Amino acid sequence: MTTMTAAMDVAPRAGAWGGIAWAAARDLGLASRSKAEIGVLLLFYVIVVTLFPLGVGPEPTLLRAMGPGVLWVAALLASMLSLPRLFAADFADGTLEQIALSPYPLAALVSGKIIAHWAATGLPLAVLSPLLGLQFGLRGDELVVLALGLLLGTPTLSLLGAIGSALTLGVRSGNGLLALLILPLYVPILIFGAGAVDAVRDGVSANPQLSLLGAALLAAAVGAPLAAAAGVRIALD
Amino acid sequence: MLEAQQLAAQRGSAVLFANVDFTVRAGEALMVTGANGSGKTTLMKIAAGLTRPVTGRLSWLGTTVLPFDPALRASTLYIGHSPALNDELTAEENLCALVRLHGTQADAAAIRAALSAWSLEAQRALPARALSQGQRRRVGLARLRLLRRALWVLDEPTAALDSAGVALLEQHVSSHLASGGIALIATHDDLTLNAGTKRNLHLR
Repeated sequence: MTTMTAAMDVAPRAGAWGGIAWAAARDLGLASRSKAEIGVLLLFYVIVVTLFPLGVGPEPTLLRAMGPGVLWVAALLASMLSLPRLFAADFADGTLEQIALSPYPLAALVSGKIIAHWAATGLPLAVLSPLLGLQFGLRGDELVVLALGLLLGTPTLSLLGAIGSALTLGVRSGNGLLALLILPLYVPILIFGAGAVDAVRDGVSANPQLSLLGAALLAAAVGAPLAAAAGVRIALD
Repeated sequence: MLEAQQLAAQRGSAVLFANVDFTVRAGEALMVTGANGSGKTTLMKIAAGLTRPVTGRLSWLGTTVLPFDPALRASTLYIGHSPALNDELTAEENLCALVRLHGTQADAAAIRAALSAWSLEAQRALPARALSQGQRRRVGLARLRLLRRALWVLDEPTAALDSAGVALLEQHVSSHLASGGIALIATHDDLTLNAGTKRNLHLR
């Protein structure tokens, strides 16, 4: 038996960082090839946000009051819209089986996929948001806090979304179920994110809200990959 | 040595198989045959550590293993029914990604050599969606040359493969067995392997 294992390689070098790097590099490479999908997502964000001023009329105080909430809700929806891409294609073509059987820790590979998902969806949404905030008459410091909040909050959305995405793999009408599962979990992020901008508008510090967003990000970064990895294993069983 | 005792599996409420026992030693291949729906794929998934059997146990090198056991993962190469190719990536990129995913450094020359061995040098830079079913299967099987693992679990490796491809597969499996490897192969075709290395399991 020992001679047999000596003749064969047992998978070498399979640490968590290697797994994160592999998954992030692969998914970012794939995202860079489907720029159209990212474009559609950003356009969706722009259009949803733009519909509100058109719908409620050009009343400056009203627009300023609802601006942060609208921008955050639209960001939640856009982020959720892109979630099925996270695992579904890999599940369909058999790659997810290979990922689950890889010597790298599955949670590390899932983390890498989440990082790539955020870089391709949450990050552009956050960068674009100050521009859209202008439509609502938000001032400079409010725009800065809006973008900061989204930079802290969108990774949490991707992390929580990964759990739902893994749990709804292979489920018929999974996308609708995914929304039902995930949107309630997004509520705290929405409240603190929009609340941060409201705080600045009211002349108080946004630090408490931003700190809470940061804390939520840290907690999700530790827990969500493990939960999503468990979900992937259940889906493959 | 891969050993299974009293394995049983079911899909929904239907029992696929029960009381399946086998022992495969170094240098042996177990050919799993059976009608459609007899549970070949499920047995392959159990052996690869993807699925838990309803009853029974699986042991690898004398130790009982549960699904996703790290020791089993580190020494298994599983090639499932779908070849695990992403449509957007080229044949070369797909192969490179799959090899790296298994913790093995993929050097470009070795990847090219593996693709050439499977007569895919002209399709190297084509996205996987432009490949035929047989060519996709070949890209998947090219991993056999690059990842040296003790246990090969191959689910229908001959599906969509032409006779030249089947011959190449037989060659790979034979040399794997000769160097002390183990293979579990679910297939409807009769593979020609060296005498004395082939054992059969028929599921009903």
